[in-house]
Amino acid sequence: MPDPFLRLAGITRQWNGAGGVRDISLDVAHGAFIAILGPSGCGKSTLLRLIAGLETPQMGEIALEGRDITHLPPAQRGLSMVFQSYALFPHLDVAENIVFGMKARRVPRTERAEALARAVSMTGLKGLERRKPAELSGGQRQRVALARAVVSGQPLCLMDEPLSNLDAKLRHAVRRDIKALQTRLGLTVIYVTHDQSEAMSLADTIVLMRDGRAEQVGSPETLYHRPATPFVARFVGDPPMALVEVAALGHGTGQVGIRIEAIEKADAAPDLSARVVETEYLGARTQVLLDHPAAEGLALLLPGRVALAPGVEIGLRLPQEHRVRFGDDTSPDHGAAAAAARDGRKAAIPLTANPEDRP
Amino acid sequence: MTDTTASLHRMARRRQAIHGWLLLSPALIMLGTFAFYPSLATLWTSLWSRGTRRRPSEFVGLENYERLFSDPTFREVAMNNLLYAGVTIPVSIILALTMALWANAKIPARAFVRTAYFTPTVLPMIAAANIWLFFYTPGFGVLDQIGGLFGAPSVNWLGQPETALWAVCIVTIWKESGFFMIFYLAALQTIPEDLREAARIEGASRWTYLRRVVLPLLMPTTIFVLVNALINSVKLIDHLFILTKGGPSDASKLILYYIWESAFAFFDAPSAAAMTVLVLIVLGLGAALQFRVLDRRTHYR
Repeated sequence: MPDPFLRLAGITRQWNGAGGVRDISLDVAHGAFIAILGPSGCGKSTLLRLIAGLETPQMGEIALEGRDITHLPPAQRGLSMVFQSYALFPHLDVAENIVFGMKARRVPRTERAEALARAVSMTGLKGLERRKPAELSGGQRQRVALARAVVSGQPLCLMDEPLSNLDAKLRHAVRRDIKALQTRLGLTVIYVTHDQSEAMSLADTIVLMRDGRAEQVGSPETLYHRPATPFVARFVGDPPMALVEVAALGHGTGQVGIRIEAIEKADAAPDLSARVVETEYLGARTQVLLDHPAAEGLALLLPGRVALAPGVEIGLRLPQEHRVRFGDDTSPDHGAAAAAARDGRKAAIPLTANPEDRP
Repeated sequence: MTDTTASLHRMARRRQAIHGWLLLSPALIMLGTFAFYPSLATLWTSLWSRGTRRRPSEFVGLENYERLFSDPTFREVAMNNLLYAGVTIPVSIILALTMALWANAKIPARAFVRTAYFTPTVLPMIAAANIWLFFYTPGFGVLDQIGGLFGAPSVNWLGQPETALWAVCIVTIWKESGFFMIFYLAALQTIPEDLREAARIEGASRWTYLRRVVLPLLMPTTIFVLVNALINSVKLIDHLFILTKGGPSDASKLILYYIWESAFAFFDAPSAAAMTVLVLIVLGLGAALQFRVLDRRTHYR
């Protein structure tokens, strides 16, 4: 089997035994779009900085195109990076910012000018070349940072929450631009975000991190439909999965997760009956928020506009084929669920995750 | 009808004007009494001859200035001051920048290093001069004792014309660079760490990063420090009183010391006033030039 484009093997970096990342392994194919997703403080930025070479791992190896880069300085790794703050040089204009790296690497002037023209037209910055970053809008600054990353022609591009400083409307536009740029240039992108919808829409593989470990690695569909742990179920999707104690559905322990769009109303022989808390009319359908002592995030989607008084009991059917079963212990360090999560991660590494293996 | 509105309007405007002058007056009175009036009075004095009991002073126009330009002592003092400024300004700025870069880096005992660099600034100049007097004293001074260990002959650093001015320069640099370092240190801490990391990823060496990013971003600080250093090169003469009193044979005499001497030791107020006016003109031109030339090439955030 040929070497993957980027391989992380057992990467660990911690500060006084806390924080950071622990034992992360990941193979990334050429041209892939990987999202590293997780709540703040889960180590996702640390992982990116380790790949960039801004931090050095205490254990493990990083290889890019079969070449060990674990201890190489950032500039010799062959990658570019987009920072959350954009990290534009405030005293240089747009053009100087974009070619800063080429100048530092003594690329000839004519070559620089050509690359600049290409990057500027690709990112829609034409006419702004002589502006200083302070004279640009947030979206334009973001584009300059993108242009600086792609102008170098490095095959691997790291992005650290590049959209978090933009407003919601702009975020959608730039998100599409990033995806288009990645496809067009055949870039391999590793994209850190805490926003699950960004990860879902952009990435073809998501690494969901928790407390420095990879909780689950898989395609957006896998994470959405077959989360490995309740943590993943709670984090991915908007609204997240509803979680129900198995005991409330029959015998056994642990939890069952189910997407709310799969929950049906059952007038006869319901699996569960829950009390209406609130109804939200969303246009095409109505979301009914439900309360049950052994469940969290329970809701029901009904077509059209439905009026249900709060406090009314309704019967629900949770179709077997949409249920995801979790073990009873949810802590990552011990217990069946955590072990399953880690095994699942390892199995999922070459993106051959097999959800049917799951209980 | 229109008449009343017009007069109301006038009254409102007058009230506004009075309000404005009231806000302006404290600064105006202070500056007027202690800066503008003395400057004009000095200019006026410089145009009159030195009065004695028998010959009262009379208006002589630019005669005082002519006399000054033919005065060999004034010429020597002016040259001394140029050399003093030419040495202390660049050296203390470069030293301050180097120390700030060093004290800003991740080094052990960083707080101690910063404090150590800043200590000379806290000392009064007179105290600092006394310390250095002890360093320079021939025979038992620290410099001579260290030199003696290596068999070097005793040197009277402050007592010979060739070394006196240099010895004074060194005290000034020692005193000033720590002060300027604080400004550089503050400016360095406003440069986000991201920029250094972005430069590293882009393949810029440390030197390139310093030259292309850090130094340009420090330009506003450099201008500020430069203007201060220029003013200090004329203003800061306390140590002369302790170290050399301008000697030997005027070798370490600076312009302000000479002005003081002319006015209060030789009682030649018009000559002192003429020199003061010249200093004001030179400083004003210098500051204007610095701001005009450097401002255009400076990025302010």
